[in-house]
Amino acid sequence: MVRVEFLGPIQKDALELEITNLNELAAILQADESLHEWLKNSAVALNDTLVSSLEGALKDGDKISLLPPVCGG
Amino acid sequence: MLYLYDGALDVPTILADWYAEEATSNYGAYIPFVGTVRSEDGIDGLSFDIYEPILNSWFASWQEKAKQQGAVIKMAHSRGDVLLHESSYIAAVFSPKRRVALEFIDAFVEDFKASAPIWKYDLKDAKRIYALERSTAIQGSGLLAK
Repeated sequence: MVRVEFLGPIQKDALELEITNLNELAAILQADESLHEWLKNSAVALNDTLVSSLEGALKDGDKISLLPPVCGG
Repeated sequence: MLYLYDGALDVPTILADWYAEEATSNYGAYIPFVGTVRSEDGIDGLSFDIYEPILNSWFASWQEKAKQQGAVIKMAHSRGDVLLHESSYIAAVFSPKRRVALEFIDAFVEDFKASAPIWKYDLKDAKRIYALERSTAIQGSGLLAK
């Protein structure tokens, strides 16, 4: 099971998904109309490290986070 | 050294504490940047969410860069609500020489704005409104979009 968390202003509860790679996650999230704009402007972290590609396998216990646009200070 | 606080920062105390911590460290320059909430667009204040695991690793990478230049970086930030004329952010660099500290604080604060996982909301009419227009998408965003 992979946990997917939506950070900051994305008003959505975390998901627990049976997925094996980020392409599967992309397909699932793209089907959710409420996430349409967030997917375009959010960065993705796997186990708290930002990722730059959808390649690579996911394993049980992995955590994915979506990070929408930031503005500290 | 990264410090997170609930609510507004006690600026005089934090600046004095940092000064005292490094008073005998032989740094020639101490350059603090203090961010204060301004009155604009009818807001009552700002509010912040922070994702600490990635903030910690982002800050650690800057601490390492500072170390390579013989400098030290310190940062304090608020969680939750910060009202008008209160402060939510302090960054400071200590370095042996002035030039390194001036350039470092500029680069650090710019990257902080673009990369640190902190989300800002306007407090207005008892609502918390995400400041999307003033926010920056983190480099590499949009990976999961069509």
